[in-house]
Amino acid sequence: MIPIIGEPHDRVDGRQKVTGEARYAAENNLPNLAYAVLVTSTIPAGSIAAIDAAAAKSAPGVISVISHLNAPKLPDTGGQQQESNAAEHHHMPFSDDSVHYVGQAVAAVVADTFEHATHAAGLVRVNYRPTPARIVMEEHRSDAKERQGNAPATFSKGDAEGALASAPVKVDQVYRIPYEHHNQMEPHALVAAWDGDRLTVHDSAQNIFTTRQTLAKAFGVPTESVRVMSPFVGGAFGSKGSAWPHVFIAVMAARMVRRPVKIALTRRQAYFSNGHRPLTEQRVALGATADGKLVAMIHEGIGQTNTVCDYVEGFTSPTRSMYATPNVRVAHRVVELDLPSPTYMRAPGENPGMYALESAMDEMAYALKIDPIQLRVLNHADDDPANGKPWSSKSIKECYAQGAERFGWPRRTSEPRSMRDGRQLIGLGMASATYPSHRAPASARAVMHRDGNVDVSSGTHEMGMGTATVMAQLAAETLGVPFERVTFRYGDTTLPRAPISAGSLTVASVGSAVFAASSQLKRKVIDLATADASSPLNGTDPNDIDAADGKLTLKSDPSRGEAYAAILRRHYLDTMDAAADEKPEPNDPYSARAFGAVFAEVGVDPDLGIVRVRRIVAAFAGGRILNAKTARSQYHGGIIQGIGMALLEQTHLDRNLGAFTNVNLAENLVPVNADVRSIDVILVPEDDPHVNPIGAKGIGEIGIVGVAPAIANAVYHATGKRVRDLPITIEKLL
Amino acid sequence: MTLPPCYTNPEPDDESPADPSRRSFVIGSAAATAAALISPILGAAPATAETPPKSDPNAVAVVLDVNGKRHELRLDPRTTLLDALREHLDLTGTKKGCDQGACGACTVLVDGKRINSCLTLAVMNSGKAITTIEGLASNGRLNPVQAAFIRNDGFQCGYCTSGQICSAVALLREGHTHSDDEIREWMSGNICRCGAYPGIVAAIREAANARV
Repeated sequence: MIPIIGEPHDRVDGRQKVTGEARYAAENNLPNLAYAVLVTSTIPAGSIAAIDAAAAKSAPGVISVISHLNAPKLPDTGGQQQESNAAEHHHMPFSDDSVHYVGQAVAAVVADTFEHATHAAGLVRVNYRPTPARIVMEEHRSDAKERQGNAPATFSKGDAEGALASAPVKVDQVYRIPYEHHNQMEPHALVAAWDGDRLTVHDSAQNIFTTRQTLAKAFGVPTESVRVMSPFVGGAFGSKGSAWPHVFIAVMAARMVRRPVKIALTRRQAYFSNGHRPLTEQRVALGATADGKLVAMIHEGIGQTNTVCDYVEGFTSPTRSMYATPNVRVAHRVVELDLPSPTYMRAPGENPGMYALESAMDEMAYALKIDPIQLRVLNHADDDPANGKPWSSKSIKECYAQGAERFGWPRRTSEPRSMRDGRQLIGLGMASATYPSHRAPASARAVMHRDGNVDVSSGTHEMGMGTATVMAQLAAETLGVPFERVTFRYGDTTLPRAPISAGSLTVASVGSAVFAASSQLKRKVIDLATADASSPLNGTDPNDIDAADGKLTLKSDPSRGEAYAAILRRHYLDTMDAAADEKPEPNDPYSARAFGAVFAEVGVDPDLGIVRVRRIVAAFAGGRILNAKTARSQYHGGIIQGIGMALLEQTHLDRNLGAFTNVNLAENLVPVNADVRSIDVILVPEDDPHVNPIGAKGIGEIGIVGVAPAIANAVYHATGKRVRDLPITIEKLL
Repeated sequence: MTLPPCYTNPEPDDESPADPSRRSFVIGSAAATAAALISPILGAAPATAETPPKSDPNAVAVVLDVNGKRHELRLDPRTTLLDALREHLDLTGTKKGCDQGACGACTVLVDGKRINSCLTLAVMNSGKAITTIEGLASNGRLNPVQAAFIRNDGFQCGYCTSGQICSAVALLREGHTHSDDEIREWMSGNICRCGAYPGIVAAIREAANARV
């Protein structure tokens, strides 16, 4: 009924987005709106000695200056275990005089216009009592500690150290990924408005229901009194899953000045107070037999965090599941520094971890003198090595084969510097990709109207993944009504509850709920028809009824049937509806992951060291694909961010000031159009009956995984230089 | 619906007790009062379409011609064209990505040329013909570039899209569409972090081919 690779429908929100009608959070210009602009700390550690707000307060248009001196004290709303998403819940904004990083909000100026608030924010004088700061991770390696993150910090089986020591062939290297930022196009923003004890928030968010709960807790009002809306999100990539300090500040300010308040962070501010991918330093040690069987894998290292957030970069997660080997030891630890809070960034854990692991695998292939694909196939994990469970499905061998063929891998000569195009050194590299298939509880409602139109709703989010489009498709296909007849509503906490849109779980979670609600609705109408003496379907077997094009038809006799709308009309029903609350099975007998293979061709200027990615071919098997067009675009996006990660992206840290320095889009480089040439994505068909009711494994994250190592491996092939420190910039190749 | 050429913001709602400064606020031109009177008769002046003017002793008069409509405003002289569009005219289709001229999300056409509206003050654009994303479709018919962006999936989150499309419209006029590489080069002032570049290039190629 639902095809494995769905129709490439155009996006349902396309018209709104190309005409400028789509309204993002900061664009809710409510009547009587006031503007808040943040004043941020200039020291990494210490306390606020004094705030002189006199000049700001007397500046034109200023309504209030808020800081720890006059702000209400918000309670710690807890971490994820308490169903809170306050990113820095160990230090609620303006709760005291303490400073934990450069760029922390220390005051907010509220004024009648953006210009007045911005001007007055510059007039606030803050004096500090600095204390010695911990800034450079490498200087505090010995303080690294285990902290509970999404994946346990350690895992081991067999005797990895012993097996490595006796392995005939070894690779043992350290890989480094710098601080990187999401750089989503829309900086964080919200408009908050109180009406008595009722709060309405227009936020740019990936997690509106948890934000609602968190705000209710923080401000001491019932959850039902809070409404969070986020119908359009201008990019997020993990940076908008949490309620960052500015969210609380806007809500607090709106209450204090009794007006709706808008906070739209400046691009600069968003580099400090809204998360980043932390610096990681990862050792990967592999031991293999001479014929290429891995006998030992060790993956350990450290990543930056701080004391106000809970985030841990779980980069060893993929290593537990990727290859079959009897001896494994992994451990990721954190170093708490006086720096901004890290957070989830596209494919957290998996993306940084696979950069290290897949680089090491390429080094092992060279050490063994065997083909990199062959090495990976030789060590293919038939079951999940992390837990011994069977895979719900796994098609990585098809990904290797189809990708290699499309890419022309066989024409590669393995010797470094052996391929040229004119002056250019040519390099071909590949890497595996994987990301776990997550699922969370979700609810949905489906309503059929007597004119045959269908409304489906779930309070999920659309950050550009195509959620609105694919949910409408899924409902249309399940109900058997034309796609154009379905409207999907989302991005509002008055709708059925949906989980965070992250971890590639939206289609699996919300899709399962939409599927269930649509199936139940269909069955309700079928039951009505089969029991109805006036229906041509009267008395027939409900299981013998098919739905297509808005009509129910008997499979065994297609001449018998009638339209949904006719059934509703005859029963004088304006609407029929069904709701579903779906959650994953508690004890899943299967392990579920999406897999893929990424192939990169680079050209390197031998004199200048300039690297250009000439083409990427990537094959992904992610279970059912609901829309081939939006899926392809999602993969493109991941791959392009992967190109940036490999060659461009790094946020520099001033080692004395503790401040990020390239905090604008001119210096914090991300790929522009001219950086991207040919990208060819293969959607490898995969029928997964086990992963979830609709068989989709999720595609948002995996697109970036494997791209940076494929490019790094291609650069080695082109130049003979192994860069283990991203990004691969010119000076590292000269 | 077309507003009268003398249109300015309607009188702000008098019931704003939390903002006492409003009480002493006087709209600077008689035209405004006239518009406030005329608008209801024409069924015009939607309450949310343009935010009430903010009190400001330093405000200056600015006349902006946006999408063929004339707007008389009183603005803080520091107001950028971008903020004038978004915060004062409620034309929020033009996006603020960086406010520093580095991302292109705020691209609009001024006298036919593409510019970053965050890098120019509103007062500097008095009397010039400004076209924003809201002014590209005519009578509900999408500009061919807009339609091509939908067909070729030239966006994901949509936040850079207005700027990309305004840039692309200018690019077609500039004639930098002889090859995909030329399109890529001349569209590189508009960042798309979702990575919709393949779709953007395909859309522009399609629109360029349709023109000849």
